[in-house]
Amino acid sequence: MADAALRVRLRQTTPMPLDVDFTCATGDVLAIFGPSGSGKTSILRTIAGLRRADDAAIHCGAETWADTAAGVDVPAHLRPAGFVFQDYALFPHLSALGNVMTALGHRPRADRAPRAAALLGLVHLGEASERRPAQLSGGERQRVALARALARDPKVLLLDEPFTAVDRAVRRKLQDDIDALRHSLEVPMVLVTHDFDDVVRLASHVLLLERGHAVACGPVGELMARPDLTWLRDAVGLGAVFDARVTAVDPVRGLATLDADGMRLLVAEPAAAVGSQARIRIPAREVILATAAPQGLSLHNVITGRVTGLHHEPGGSHVVVQVAVGQARLLAEVTRDAVVRLGIADGVPIHALVKSVSIDLRVRR
Amino acid sequence: MDWTALGVSLRLATATLALLLPVGLWLGHVLATRAFRGKLLVEALVTVPLVLPPTVLGFYLLVTFGARSPLGQAFQSLVGQALPFSFAGLLLASAIANLPFVVQPIQRGFEAIPPDVRDAASCCGLSPWQRFRRIEVPLAWPSILTAAMLAFAHTLGEFGVVLMVGGNLPGETRTLSIAIYDRMQVFDDRAAGVMAATLLFVAVGTLMATTALSRRHASRG
Repeated sequence: MADAALRVRLRQTTPMPLDVDFTCATGDVLAIFGPSGSGKTSILRTIAGLRRADDAAIHCGAETWADTAAGVDVPAHLRPAGFVFQDYALFPHLSALGNVMTALGHRPRADRAPRAAALLGLVHLGEASERRPAQLSGGERQRVALARALARDPKVLLLDEPFTAVDRAVRRKLQDDIDALRHSLEVPMVLVTHDFDDVVRLASHVLLLERGHAVACGPVGELMARPDLTWLRDAVGLGAVFDARVTAVDPVRGLATLDADGMRLLVAEPAAAVGSQARIRIPAREVILATAAPQGLSLHNVITGRVTGLHHEPGGSHVVVQVAVGQARLLAEVTRDAVVRLGIADGVPIHALVKSVSIDLRVRR
Repeated sequence: MDWTALGVSLRLATATLALLLPVGLWLGHVLATRAFRGKLLVEALVTVPLVLPPTVLGFYLLVTFGARSPLGQAFQSLVGQALPFSFAGLLLASAIANLPFVVQPIQRGFEAIPPDVRDAASCCGLSPWQRFRRIEVPLAWPSILTAAMLAFAHTLGEFGVVLMVGGNLPGETRTLSIAIYDRMQVFDDRAAGVMAATLLFVAVGTLMATTALSRRHASRG
Protein backbone atom coordinates (compact mmCIF):
# COMPACT_ATOMS: atom_id res chain seq x y z
CA MET A 1 0.00 0.00 0.00
CA ALA A 2 3.07 2.24 -0.15
CA ASP A 3 1.79 3.79 -3.38
CA ALA A 4 -1.59 4.73 -1.92
CA ALA A 5 -2.26 8.43 -2.41
CA LEU A 6 -2.96 9.08 1.24
CA ARG A 7 -1.34 7.19 4.10
CA VAL A 8 -2.25 8.08 7.65
CA ARG A 9 -1.04 6.75 10.97
CA LEU A 10 -2.08 8.56 14.13
CA ARG A 11 -1.58 7.78 17.78
CA GLN A 12 -2.35 9.80 20.85
CA THR A 13 -3.73 9.29 24.32
CA THR A 14 -4.87 12.83 25.19
CA PRO A 15 -7.17 14.73 24.94
CA MET A 16 -8.87 11.67 23.47
CA PRO A 17 -7.39 8.31 22.58
CA LEU A 18 -6.66 7.86 18.91
CA ASP A 19 -5.00 4.91 17.25
CA VAL A 20 -5.63 4.50 13.54
CA ASP A 21 -3.63 3.42 10.53
CA PHE A 22 -5.21 3.58 7.10
CA THR A 23 -4.68 4.40 3.46
CA CYS A 24 -6.89 5.87 0.78
CA ALA A 25 -6.15 5.46 -2.91
CA THR A 26 -6.85 7.90 -5.71
CA GLY A 27 -10.50 7.78 -6.71
CA ASP A 28 -11.51 6.03 -3.52
CA VAL A 29 -13.94 7.43 -1.00
CA LEU A 30 -13.04 6.35 2.49
CA ALA A 31 -15.90 6.89 4.92
CA ILE A 32 -14.93 7.18 8.57
CA PHE A 33 -18.09 6.10 10.33
CA GLY A 34 -18.69 6.17 14.05
CA PRO A 35 -20.73 7.79 16.81
CA SER A 36 -20.09 11.42 17.72
CA GLY A 37 -17.12 11.74 20.02
CA SER A 38 -15.34 8.76 18.47
CA GLY A 39 -12.58 10.95 17.06
CA LYS A 40 -13.65 11.13 13.41
CA THR A 41 -13.29 14.86 13.04
CA SER A 42 -9.99 14.85 14.94
CA ILE A 43 -8.57 12.47 12.35
CA LEU A 44 -9.68 14.70 9.50
CA ARG A 45 -8.37 17.86 11.15
CA THR A 46 -5.04 16.22 11.84
CA ILE A 47 -4.70 15.25 8.17
CA ALA A 48 -5.36 18.87 7.21
CA GLY A 49 -2.81 20.12 9.74
CA LEU A 50 -5.40 21.97 11.83
CA ARG A 51 -4.46 20.02 14.93
CA ARG A 52 -1.56 17.87 16.06
CA ALA A 53 -1.37 14.29 17.31
CA ASP A 54 1.29 13.00 19.70
CA ASP A 55 2.53 10.64 17.04
CA ALA A 56 1.55 11.23 13.45
CA ALA A 57 2.74 10.03 10.07
CA ILE A 58 0.80 11.52 7.18
CA HIS A 59 1.94 11.06 3.61
CA CYS A 60 0.16 12.34 0.54
CA GLY A 61 1.59 10.95 -2.66
CA ALA A 62 5.33 11.62 -2.52
CA GLU A 63 4.92 14.42 0.06
CA THR A 64 5.29 14.02 3.78
CA TRP A 65 2.83 16.26 5.60
CA ALA A 66 3.62 15.04 9.07
CA ASP A 67 6.14 12.68 10.56
CA THR A 68 6.62 13.05 14.28
CA ALA A 69 9.64 10.75 14.32
CA ALA A 70 11.40 12.82 11.65
CA GLY A 71 10.24 16.14 13.12
CA VAL A 72 8.20 17.04 10.03
CA ASP A 73 4.99 19.02 10.49
CA VAL A 74 3.90 21.03 7.47
CA PRO A 75 1.58 23.91 8.46
CA ALA A 76 -2.03 23.69 7.28
CA HIS A 77 -1.77 26.43 4.66
CA LEU A 78 1.04 24.57 2.92
CA ARG A 79 -0.81 21.26 2.71
CA PRO A 80 -2.82 21.09 -0.51
CA ALA A 81 -5.89 19.56 1.11
CA GLY A 82 -9.45 20.55 0.25
CA PHE A 83 -11.54 20.70 3.41
CA VAL A 84 -15.33 20.90 3.52
CA PHE A 85 -16.47 21.89 7.00
CA GLN A 86 -19.59 20.67 8.74
CA ASP A 87 -21.06 24.16 9.08
CA TYR A 88 -19.61 25.31 5.72
CA ALA A 89 -17.29 27.88 7.38
CA LEU A 90 -17.69 30.27 4.46
CA PHE A 91 -16.20 33.75 4.70
CA PRO A 92 -19.31 35.82 5.45
CA HIS A 93 -17.84 39.08 4.11
CA LEU A 94 -17.09 37.65 0.68
CA SER A 95 -19.37 36.69 -2.22
CA ALA A 96 -19.58 33.09 -3.38
CA LEU A 97 -17.03 33.98 -6.05
CA GLY A 98 -14.81 35.71 -3.49
CA ASN A 99 -14.95 32.67 -1.24
CA VAL A 100 -13.79 30.42 -4.05
CA MET A 101 -11.14 32.90 -5.25
CA THR A 102 -9.61 32.96 -1.77
CA ALA A 103 -8.44 29.40 -2.34
CA LEU A 104 -6.91 30.19 -5.74
CA GLY A 105 -3.83 32.00 -4.47
CA HIS A 106 -1.57 29.43 -6.09
CA ARG A 107 -2.83 30.34 -9.56
CA PRO A 108 -1.86 33.41 -11.61
CA ARG A 109 -3.97 36.43 -10.69
CA ALA A 110 -5.66 36.70 -14.09
CA ASP A 111 -6.81 33.07 -13.96
CA ARG A 112 -8.51 33.26 -10.60
CA ALA A 113 -11.87 34.86 -11.43
CA PRO A 114 -12.57 32.65 -14.49
CA ARG A 115 -11.44 29.55 -12.60
CA ALA A 116 -13.68 30.40 -9.60
CA ALA A 117 -16.62 30.99 -11.94
CA ALA A 118 -15.98 27.64 -13.62
CA LEU A 119 -15.89 25.86 -10.25
CA LEU A 120 -19.16 27.49 -9.19
CA GLY A 121 -20.62 26.30 -12.49
CA LEU A 122 -19.42 22.80 -11.72
CA VAL A 123 -21.47 22.78 -8.52
CA HIS A 124 -24.48 24.33 -10.34
CA LEU A 125 -24.10 27.75 -8.70
CA GLY A 126 -23.01 29.80 -11.70
CA GLU A 127 -25.80 32.34 -11.33
CA ALA A 128 -25.30 32.86 -7.58
CA SER A 129 -21.66 33.91 -7.74
CA GLU A 130 -22.20 37.48 -6.52
CA ARG A 131 -24.32 36.49 -3.53
CA ARG A 132 -22.95 36.38 -0.03
CA PRO A 133 -23.26 33.33 2.24
CA ALA A 134 -26.13 34.94 4.19
CA GLN A 135 -28.14 35.14 0.96
CA LEU A 136 -27.65 31.46 0.09
CA SER A 137 -29.63 28.42 1.21
CA GLY A 138 -27.97 25.66 3.23
CA GLY A 139 -27.49 23.46 0.20
CA GLU A 140 -26.08 26.35 -1.82
CA ARG A 141 -23.63 27.22 0.94
CA GLN A 142 -22.43 23.66 1.01
CA ARG A 143 -21.89 23.82 -2.76
CA VAL A 144 -19.82 26.98 -2.38
CA ALA A 145 -17.82 25.23 0.33
CA LEU A 146 -17.27 22.30 -2.01
CA ALA A 147 -16.19 24.58 -4.88
CA ARG A 148 -13.82 26.40 -2.51
CA ALA A 149 -12.29 23.10 -1.40
CA LEU A 150 -11.79 22.09 -5.04
CA ALA A 151 -10.31 25.47 -5.93
CA ARG A 152 -7.10 24.65 -4.19
CA ASP A 153 -6.45 21.83 -6.67
CA PRO A 154 -6.26 19.56 -3.65
CA LYS A 155 -4.29 16.35 -3.53
CA VAL A 156 -6.84 15.01 -1.06
CA LEU A 157 -10.44 16.03 -0.40
CA LEU A 158 -11.58 15.96 3.24
CA LEU A 159 -15.29 16.15 4.00
CA ASP A 160 -16.41 16.64 7.60
CA GLU A 161 -20.07 15.64 7.99
CA PRO A 162 -20.86 17.57 4.82
CA PHE A 163 -24.58 16.80 4.77
CA THR A 164 -25.70 17.15 8.38
CA ALA A 165 -26.99 20.68 8.02
CA VAL A 166 -29.14 20.11 4.93
CA ASP A 167 -32.48 18.37 4.44
CA ARG A 168 -32.81 14.92 2.92
CA ALA A 169 -33.61 15.96 -0.66
CA VAL A 170 -30.64 18.34 -0.81
CA ARG A 171 -28.52 15.70 0.84
CA ARG A 172 -29.24 13.23 -1.95
CA LYS A 173 -28.32 15.80 -4.60
CA LEU A 174 -25.07 16.67 -2.84
CA GLN A 175 -24.25 13.00 -2.51
CA ASP A 176 -24.72 12.63 -6.27
CA ASP A 177 -22.46 15.64 -6.89
CA ILE A 178 -19.72 14.25 -4.71
CA ASP A 179 -20.10 10.84 -6.30
CA ALA A 180 -19.69 12.44 -9.72
CA LEU A 181 -16.60 14.27 -8.48
CA ARG A 182 -15.12 11.06 -7.28
CA HIS A 183 -14.98 9.82 -10.84
CA SER A 184 -13.70 13.06 -12.41
CA LEU A 185 -11.34 14.34 -9.73
CA GLU A 186 -8.79 11.58 -9.29
CA VAL A 187 -7.92 12.38 -5.68
CA PRO A 188 -8.46 10.35 -2.54
CA MET A 189 -11.53 11.48 -0.61
CA VAL A 190 -12.03 11.00 3.11
CA LEU A 191 -15.56 11.49 4.35
CA VAL A 192 -16.40 11.68 8.02
CA THR A 193 -19.99 10.84 8.86
CA HIS A 194 -22.26 9.55 11.57
CA ASP A 195 -25.03 8.87 9.07
CA PHE A 196 -24.84 5.39 7.63
CA ASP A 197 -26.74 6.53 4.55
CA ASP A 198 -23.57 8.37 3.43
CA VAL A 199 -21.54 5.20 3.75
CA VAL A 200 -24.01 3.15 1.73
CA ARG A 201 -24.42 5.74 -0.97
CA LEU A 202 -20.93 7.14 -1.37
CA ALA A 203 -18.14 5.14 0.17
CA SER A 204 -15.88 2.73 -1.63
CA HIS A 205 -14.09 1.95 1.62
CA VAL A 206 -15.12 2.32 5.22
CA LEU A 207 -13.38 2.66 8.55
CA LEU A 208 -15.57 1.91 11.54
CA LEU A 209 -14.38 4.02 14.43
CA GLU A 210 -15.14 3.63 18.10
CA ARG A 211 -13.43 5.70 20.78
CA GLY A 212 -10.50 6.44 18.51
CA HIS A 213 -9.89 2.85 17.51
CA ALA A 214 -10.67 1.23 14.17
CA VAL A 215 -13.18 -1.57 14.73
CA ALA A 216 -12.80 -2.61 11.11
CA CYS A 217 -11.48 -1.11 7.89
CA GLY A 218 -11.78 -2.22 4.28
CA PRO A 219 -13.77 -2.09 1.03
CA VAL A 220 -17.46 -1.44 1.70
CA GLY A 221 -18.71 -4.59 -0.06
CA GLU A 222 -16.27 -6.82 1.78
CA LEU A 223 -16.87 -5.28 5.18
CA MET A 224 -20.66 -5.21 4.88
CA ALA A 225 -20.72 -8.91 3.99
CA ARG A 226 -19.09 -9.84 7.29
CA PRO A 227 -21.57 -11.56 9.63
CA ASP A 228 -19.50 -10.89 12.76
CA LEU A 229 -19.54 -7.09 12.97
CA THR A 230 -21.66 -6.92 16.11
CA TRP A 231 -20.64 -3.28 16.59
CA LEU A 232 -22.19 -2.35 13.24
CA ARG A 233 -25.31 -4.45 13.95
CA ASP A 234 -25.86 -2.57 17.18
CA ALA A 235 -25.24 0.79 15.52
CA VAL A 236 -27.24 0.58 12.30
CA GLY A 237 -28.08 -3.06 11.57
CA LEU A 238 -26.23 -5.37 9.24
CA GLY A 239 -26.83 -5.55 5.51
CA ALA A 240 -24.81 -6.50 2.47
CA VAL A 241 -23.84 -3.66 0.11
CA PHE A 242 -23.24 -4.21 -3.60
CA ASP A 243 -22.27 -2.30 -6.68
CA ALA A 244 -24.75 -3.48 -9.28
CA ARG A 245 -25.58 -2.82 -12.91
CA VAL A 246 -29.06 -2.32 -14.35
CA THR A 247 -29.42 -5.05 -17.00
CA ALA A 248 -33.10 -4.69 -17.93
CA VAL A 249 -36.05 -2.42 -17.23
CA ASP A 250 -39.69 -3.43 -17.53
CA PRO A 251 -41.78 -0.24 -17.33
CA VAL A 252 -45.02 -2.22 -17.61
CA ARG A 253 -44.28 -4.26 -14.51
CA GLY A 254 -42.51 -1.31 -12.91
CA LEU A 255 -39.39 -3.32 -12.27
CA ALA A 256 -35.70 -3.16 -13.03
CA THR A 257 -33.34 -6.12 -13.13
CA LEU A 258 -29.95 -5.71 -11.48
CA ASP A 259 -26.84 -7.78 -11.66
CA ALA A 260 -24.66 -7.69 -8.56
CA ASP A 261 -21.58 -9.89 -8.77
CA GLY A 262 -23.57 -12.59 -10.56
CA MET A 263 -26.65 -12.23 -8.34
CA ARG A 264 -29.84 -11.25 -10.18
CA LEU A 265 -32.27 -8.97 -8.35
CA LEU A 266 -35.57 -7.38 -9.23
CA VAL A 267 -36.19 -3.95 -7.78
CA ALA A 268 -39.07 -1.50 -7.99
CA GLU A 269 -37.23 1.20 -9.95
CA PRO A 270 -38.77 1.54 -13.43
CA ALA A 271 -37.03 4.90 -14.01
CA ALA A 272 -33.53 3.40 -14.09
CA ALA A 273 -31.65 3.32 -17.39
CA VAL A 274 -30.27 0.06 -18.72
CA GLY A 275 -26.52 -0.06 -18.23
CA SER A 276 -26.42 2.42 -15.36
CA GLN A 277 -24.56 1.64 -12.16
CA ALA A 278 -26.31 1.33 -8.83
CA ARG A 279 -25.36 0.91 -5.21
CA ILE A 280 -27.69 -1.39 -3.28
CA ARG A 281 -28.02 -2.48 0.31
CA ILE A 282 -30.05 -5.46 1.46
CA PRO A 283 -30.79 -5.19 5.18
CA ALA A 284 -30.08 -8.52 6.88
CA ARG A 285 -33.26 -8.26 8.95
CA GLU A 286 -35.37 -8.14 5.76
CA VAL A 287 -34.00 -11.38 4.33
CA ILE A 288 -35.95 -14.59 4.86
CA LEU A 289 -34.24 -17.97 4.54
CA ALA A 290 -35.92 -21.10 3.17
CA THR A 291 -34.63 -24.61 2.54
CA ALA A 292 -37.14 -25.18 -0.28
CA ALA A 293 -38.13 -22.63 -2.93
CA PRO A 294 -41.59 -21.38 -1.90
CA GLN A 295 -44.52 -20.86 -4.29
CA GLY A 296 -47.28 -18.29 -4.52
CA LEU A 297 -45.49 -15.34 -2.96
CA SER A 298 -45.78 -11.65 -3.77
CA LEU A 299 -42.03 -11.56 -3.51
CA HIS A 300 -39.83 -11.18 -6.59
CA ASN A 301 -36.45 -12.28 -5.38
CA VAL A 302 -35.91 -15.91 -4.47
CA ILE A 303 -32.15 -16.22 -4.61
CA THR A 304 -30.53 -19.61 -4.49
CA GLY A 305 -27.17 -19.87 -2.77
CA ARG A 306 -25.10 -21.67 -0.21
CA VAL A 307 -24.42 -20.88 3.43
CA THR A 308 -20.81 -19.71 3.86
CA GLY A 309 -20.82 -18.51 7.44
CA LEU A 310 -22.84 -18.19 10.62
CA HIS A 311 -22.30 -15.87 13.50
CA HIS A 312 -24.14 -15.58 16.72
CA GLU A 313 -23.36 -13.66 19.84
CA PRO A 314 -23.12 -15.72 23.01
CA GLY A 315 -26.45 -15.36 24.76
CA GLY A 316 -28.05 -13.63 21.76
CA SER A 317 -31.25 -14.94 20.23
CA HIS A 318 -30.33 -14.07 16.65
CA VAL A 319 -27.94 -15.61 14.16
CA VAL A 320 -26.37 -13.79 11.21
CA VAL A 321 -26.11 -16.10 8.22
CA GLN A 322 -23.84 -15.33 5.27
CA VAL A 323 -25.11 -16.69 1.95
CA ALA A 324 -22.94 -16.93 -1.18
CA VAL A 325 -24.65 -16.31 -4.50
CA GLY A 326 -21.97 -16.50 -7.18
CA GLN A 327 -19.33 -13.99 -6.07
CA ALA A 328 -21.87 -12.03 -4.05
CA ARG A 329 -22.33 -12.43 -0.31
CA LEU A 330 -25.70 -11.76 1.31
CA LEU A 331 -26.42 -11.45 5.00
CA ALA A 332 -29.60 -12.69 6.65
CA GLU A 333 -30.50 -12.22 10.29
CA VAL A 334 -32.75 -14.98 11.65
CA THR A 335 -33.58 -16.44 15.03
CA ARG A 336 -31.50 -19.20 16.58
CA ASP A 337 -34.64 -21.32 16.57
CA ALA A 338 -34.97 -20.98 12.78
CA VAL A 339 -31.35 -22.07 12.30
CA VAL A 340 -31.99 -25.18 14.37
CA ARG A 341 -35.38 -25.90 12.78
CA LEU A 342 -34.12 -25.59 9.20
CA GLY A 343 -30.78 -27.23 9.89
CA ILE A 344 -28.85 -24.23 8.56
CA ALA A 345 -25.13 -24.93 8.67
CA ASP A 346 -21.98 -24.04 6.76
CA GLY A 347 -22.16 -25.31 3.16
CA VAL A 348 -25.90 -26.02 3.14
CA PRO A 349 -27.84 -24.92 -0.02
CA ILE A 350 -30.38 -22.23 0.84
CA HIS A 351 -32.91 -19.84 -0.68
CA ALA A 352 -32.78 -16.22 0.35
CA LEU A 353 -36.09 -14.34 -0.01
CA VAL A 354 -35.81 -10.59 -0.54
CA LYS A 355 -38.74 -8.22 -1.09
CA SER A 356 -38.07 -5.78 -3.93
CA VAL A 357 -39.13 -2.86 -1.77
CA SER A 358 -36.73 -3.86 1.00
CA ILE A 359 -33.75 -3.21 -1.23
CA ASP A 360 -32.18 0.20 -0.59
CA LEU A 361 -31.17 1.40 -4.03
CA ARG A 362 -29.28 4.35 -5.44
CA VAL A 363 -28.84 4.59 -9.19
CA ARG A 364 -25.82 6.64 -10.23
CA ARG A 365 -26.42 9.50 -12.62
CA MET B 1 -11.38 79.52 23.60
CA ASP B 2 -7.93 77.97 23.87
CA TRP B 3 -7.24 76.84 20.27
CA THR B 4 -3.76 75.65 21.19
CA ALA B 5 -5.24 73.33 23.85
CA LEU B 6 -7.75 71.98 21.31
CA GLY B 7 -4.82 71.36 18.95
CA VAL B 8 -2.91 69.49 21.67
CA SER B 9 -6.00 67.42 22.48
CA LEU B 10 -6.62 66.44 18.85
CA ARG B 11 -2.91 65.78 18.25
CA LEU B 12 -2.77 63.61 21.37
CA ALA B 13 -5.91 61.68 20.43
CA THR B 14 -4.69 61.04 16.88
CA ALA B 15 -1.18 60.03 17.98
CA THR B 16 -2.55 57.78 20.72
CA LEU B 17 -4.71 56.05 18.15
CA ALA B 18 -1.82 55.65 15.71
CA LEU B 19 0.36 54.19 18.45
CA LEU B 20 -2.30 52.01 20.02
CA LEU B 21 -4.12 50.54 17.04
CA PRO B 22 -1.28 48.28 15.82
CA VAL B 23 -0.59 47.19 19.42
CA GLY B 24 -4.29 46.60 20.03
CA LEU B 25 -4.68 44.56 16.83
CA TRP B 26 -1.72 42.41 17.72
CA LEU B 27 -2.53 41.97 21.41
CA GLY B 28 -6.27 41.54 20.80
CA HIS B 29 -5.55 38.87 18.21
CA VAL B 30 -3.10 37.02 20.44
CA LEU B 31 -5.51 37.09 23.39
CA ALA B 32 -8.44 35.97 21.22
CA THR B 33 -6.75 33.12 19.40
CA ARG B 34 -4.04 31.69 21.62
CA ALA B 35 -3.86 29.92 24.94
CA PHE B 36 -0.67 30.50 26.88
CA ARG B 37 0.62 30.59 30.41
CA GLY B 38 0.05 33.91 32.08
CA LYS B 39 -2.78 34.89 29.76
CA LEU B 40 -5.00 35.75 32.74
CA LEU B 41 -2.32 38.08 34.09
CA VAL B 42 -1.86 39.79 30.71
CA GLU B 43 -5.63 40.29 30.43
CA ALA B 44 -5.77 41.70 33.96
CA LEU B 45 -2.87 44.08 33.24
CA VAL B 46 -4.51 45.29 30.03
CA THR B 47 -7.76 45.95 31.89
CA VAL B 48 -6.34 47.51 35.04
CA PRO B 49 -6.19 51.12 33.72
CA LEU B 50 -9.97 50.85 33.44
CA VAL B 51 -10.52 50.34 37.17
CA LEU B 52 -7.62 52.26 38.72
CA PRO B 53 -8.16 55.89 39.70
CA PRO B 54 -6.35 58.04 37.11
CA THR B 55 -4.26 59.48 39.90
CA VAL B 56 -2.92 56.04 40.85
CA LEU B 57 -2.15 55.26 37.22
CA GLY B 58 -0.59 58.69 36.79
CA PHE B 59 1.53 58.22 39.91
CA TYR B 60 2.99 54.93 38.71
CA LEU B 61 3.55 56.26 35.21
CA LEU B 62 5.34 59.28 36.63
CA VAL B 63 7.59 57.02 38.70
CA THR B 64 8.25 54.83 35.65
CA PHE B 65 9.02 57.80 33.44
CA GLY B 66 11.18 59.60 36.02
CA ALA B 67 14.86 60.43 35.59
CA ARG B 68 15.81 57.68 38.04
CA SER B 69 13.96 54.92 36.19
CA PRO B 70 15.62 52.91 33.37
CA LEU B 71 12.90 54.04 30.93
CA GLY B 72 13.31 57.67 31.90
CA GLN B 73 17.09 57.49 31.61
CA ALA B 74 16.92 55.71 28.25
CA PHE B 75 14.52 58.31 26.86
CA GLN B 76 16.63 61.17 28.25
CA SER B 77 19.82 59.83 26.65
CA LEU B 78 18.13 59.08 23.34
CA VAL B 79 16.06 62.21 22.87
CA GLY B 80 17.88 64.57 25.19
CA GLN B 81 14.65 65.51 26.95
CA ALA B 82 12.87 64.29 30.06
CA LEU B 83 9.78 62.13 29.60
CA PRO B 84 7.51 63.58 32.31
CA PHE B 85 5.77 66.87 31.47
CA SER B 86 6.46 66.45 27.74
CA PHE B 87 4.14 65.60 24.86
CA ALA B 88 6.01 62.29 24.35
CA GLY B 89 5.46 61.33 27.98
CA LEU B 90 1.85 62.38 27.76
CA LEU B 91 1.41 60.27 24.63
CA LEU B 92 2.95 57.22 26.25
CA ALA B 93 0.77 57.66 29.35
CA SER B 94 -2.30 58.16 27.21
CA ALA B 95 -1.53 55.01 25.22
CA ILE B 96 -1.25 52.96 28.40
CA ALA B 97 -4.39 54.46 29.93
CA ASN B 98 -6.33 53.70 26.72
CA LEU B 99 -5.04 50.16 26.28
CA PRO B 100 -8.23 48.48 27.58
CA PHE B 101 -10.44 50.64 25.36
CA VAL B 102 -8.62 49.38 22.29
CA VAL B 103 -7.65 45.82 23.20
CA GLN B 104 -10.93 44.64 24.66
CA PRO B 105 -13.29 45.42 21.75
CA ILE B 106 -10.72 44.11 19.27
CA GLN B 107 -10.24 40.93 21.30
CA ARG B 108 -14.02 40.39 21.42
CA GLY B 109 -14.20 41.05 17.69
CA PHE B 110 -11.61 38.40 16.90
CA GLU B 111 -13.17 35.99 19.39
CA ALA B 112 -16.49 36.26 17.55
CA ILE B 113 -14.98 34.75 14.40
CA PRO B 114 -15.88 31.03 14.37
CA PRO B 115 -12.74 28.86 14.68
CA ASP B 116 -13.84 26.93 11.58
CA VAL B 117 -13.71 30.10 9.51
CA ARG B 118 -10.11 30.69 10.58
CA ASP B 119 -9.29 27.06 9.83
CA ALA B 120 -11.01 27.32 6.47
CA ALA B 121 -8.72 30.23 5.62
CA SER B 122 -5.68 28.06 6.36
CA CYS B 123 -7.16 25.26 4.29
CA CYS B 124 -7.53 27.76 1.43
CA GLY B 125 -3.77 28.19 1.51
CA LEU B 126 -3.69 31.57 3.27
CA SER B 127 -0.63 32.15 5.44
CA PRO B 128 -1.30 33.43 8.97
CA TRP B 129 -0.58 37.00 7.84
CA GLN B 130 -2.82 36.71 4.74
CA ARG B 131 -5.54 35.20 6.88
CA PHE B 132 -5.27 38.08 9.34
CA ARG B 133 -5.40 40.72 6.61
CA ARG B 134 -8.00 39.21 4.30
CA ILE B 135 -10.33 37.34 6.66
CA GLU B 136 -9.92 38.27 10.30
CA VAL B 137 -9.53 42.06 10.10
CA PRO B 138 -12.47 42.51 7.70
CA LEU B 139 -14.67 40.32 9.92
CA ALA B 140 -13.65 42.14 13.10
CA TRP B 141 -13.88 45.54 11.41
CA PRO B 142 -16.89 46.91 13.38
CA SER B 143 -15.10 46.04 16.64
CA ILE B 144 -11.87 47.65 15.45
CA LEU B 145 -13.81 50.78 14.55
CA THR B 146 -15.45 50.82 17.97
CA ALA B 147 -12.06 50.44 19.62
CA ALA B 148 -10.61 53.33 17.63
CA MET B 149 -13.57 55.56 18.41
CA LEU B 150 -13.47 54.75 22.12
CA ALA B 151 -9.74 55.44 22.35
CA PHE B 152 -10.04 58.69 20.41
CA ALA B 153 -12.98 60.01 22.40
CA HIS B 154 -11.56 58.84 25.69
CA THR B 155 -8.20 60.50 25.04
CA LEU B 156 -9.98 63.78 24.34
CA GLY B 157 -11.71 63.49 27.69
CA GLU B 158 -8.80 62.17 29.77
CA PHE B 159 -8.04 64.44 32.71
CA GLY B 160 -6.43 62.77 35.70
CA VAL B 161 -3.57 61.00 33.97
CA VAL B 162 -2.82 64.07 31.84
CA LEU B 163 -2.66 66.29 34.88
CA MET B 164 -0.39 63.88 36.77
CA VAL B 165 2.04 63.07 33.94
CA GLY B 166 1.80 66.04 31.61
CA GLY B 167 1.11 68.91 33.88
CA ASN B 168 -0.16 72.09 32.26
CA LEU B 169 2.33 73.37 29.67
CA PRO B 170 0.64 75.41 26.90
CA GLY B 171 1.13 73.90 23.44
CA GLU B 172 2.86 70.86 24.91
CA THR B 173 0.72 69.15 27.52
CA ARG B 174 -2.21 71.45 28.17
CA THR B 175 -5.17 69.63 26.63
CA LEU B 176 -8.66 71.02 26.33
CA SER B 177 -9.90 69.20 29.42
CA ILE B 178 -7.04 70.73 31.45
CA ALA B 179 -7.72 74.13 29.94
CA ILE B 180 -11.36 73.91 31.04
CA TYR B 181 -10.28 73.11 34.60
CA ASP B 182 -7.79 75.98 34.38
CA ARG B 183 -10.45 78.47 33.33
CA MET B 184 -12.85 77.28 36.02
CA GLN B 185 -10.17 77.86 38.67
CA VAL B 186 -10.11 81.58 37.72
CA PHE B 187 -13.93 81.76 37.42
CA ASP B 188 -13.81 82.23 33.62
CA ASP B 189 -17.11 80.37 33.14
CA ARG B 190 -17.63 81.68 29.61
CA ALA B 191 -14.34 80.29 28.20
CA ALA B 192 -14.85 77.00 30.10
CA GLY B 193 -18.37 76.75 28.68
CA VAL B 194 -17.24 77.26 25.10
CA MET B 195 -14.50 74.66 25.43
CA ALA B 196 -16.78 72.16 27.17
CA ALA B 197 -19.29 72.57 24.36
CA THR B 198 -16.50 72.07 21.81
CA LEU B 199 -15.48 68.78 23.48
CA LEU B 200 -19.11 67.67 23.62
CA PHE B 201 -19.52 68.54 19.94
CA VAL B 202 -16.37 66.61 18.92
CA ALA B 203 -17.37 63.59 21.06
CA VAL B 204 -20.89 63.43 19.62
CA GLY B 205 -19.49 63.88 16.10
CA THR B 206 -17.02 61.03 16.59
CA LEU B 207 -19.74 58.72 17.88
CA MET B 208 -22.06 59.57 14.99
CA ALA B 209 -19.33 59.03 12.41
CA THR B 210 -18.44 55.66 13.90
CA THR B 211 -22.04 54.48 14.02
CA ALA B 212 -22.57 55.59 10.42
CA LEU B 213 -19.44 53.72 9.32
CA SER B 214 -20.48 50.54 11.17
CA ARG B 215 -23.94 50.69 9.63
CA ARG B 216 -22.50 51.04 6.16
CA HIS B 217 -20.25 48.07 6.82
CA ALA B 218 -23.17 46.05 8.19
CA SER B 219 -25.33 46.75 5.15
CA ARG B 220 -22.50 45.65 2.87
CA GLY B 221 -21.95 42.52 4.94
